[in-house]
Amino acid sequence: MTWTEFWNMGGYAPYVWGSYGVTALLLAAEVAQLLSRKRAAHRRLREIGKMEVG
Amino acid sequence: MRADRFGWSRYAAPTNFYPLAGRLIPWFAAPAIVLTLVGLYLGFFVAPTDFRQGEAYRIIFIHVPAAWMSMWIYVCMAVYAGVGLVFNTRLSSMMAGALAPTGALFTFLALWTGSLWGKPMWGTWWVWDARLTSELVLLFLYVGVMALTASIDDPRRADRASGLLALVGVINVPIIYFSVQWWNTLHQGASLSPSGGSRMATSMLMAMLVMTLAFWMYSFVAVFMRVRCIILERERYVDWARELAGQER
Repeated sequence: MTWTEFWNMGGYAPYVWGSYGVTALLLAAEVAQLLSRKRAAHRRLREIGKMEVG
Repeated sequence: MRADRFGWSRYAAPTNFYPLAGRLIPWFAAPAIVLTLVGLYLGFFVAPTDFRQGEAYRIIFIHVPAAWMSMWIYVCMAVYAGVGLVFNTRLSSMMAGALAPTGALFTFLALWTGSLWGKPMWGTWWVWDARLTSELVLLFLYVGVMALTASIDDPRRADRASGLLALVGVINVPIIYFSVQWWNTLHQGASLSPSGGSRMATSMLMAMLVMTLAFWMYSFVAVFMRVRCIILERERYVDWARELAGQER
């Protein structure tokens, strides 16, 4: 099997890669969203800290 | 009274669970990555081409695991919600809330990949068949739980309301699971059943099981990350969280 054949998936490429692609994309997006949510939570806590001192 | 010899109850406090969850994340992230790579290798290079479905059947290596996870996460969410309602334990409700978006994601992926498989195999993206419809209801339940939590300002009241919905909605999980037996559906029967065993080639079954484990490990990572955010965001722990955030950078 050549790589061209592999990517072609016996003619089902849009269906197979559409499934795997969207799955990979959404799982990566969830992790990215959680990392940014964590940063936002830390930022907010630092701001609350500053308000009380200042 | 204190039957807890090992001190597990200590971790029922969000402030104690926060660092534990943080330490556990890499221990689930590493297997998630390794299992994904192994699962993809098995699914694309070891499992043979299906004689009836050609290469399109390879979608099941993520479709079935995503569908299993969508139901399993719902059951976990309902159990945490129930414990939260009965014992008023804050961490349980937080865990229920942390599970919902990841469960919704897997539900969406089960529907999405199923649709992409259905088009070439059934000739349609969607049918209102019992299995597909009950899985769509599952997605609405997840979204309902999340929306209810978000719409109530008081976190304790939000936990109770969304916990109740999560608990009532658990009735849908056996409906999804048995839908292919109870009704005449277009969807095929169980890929794996306790009585019938598997009707698949071993390499296909292995790819599916490894991908399921990979998704499971991934779910731990996402849920632990999210529950840590939820703990930091709750006003109640703001003093504790400020000190902790200072240490963690």
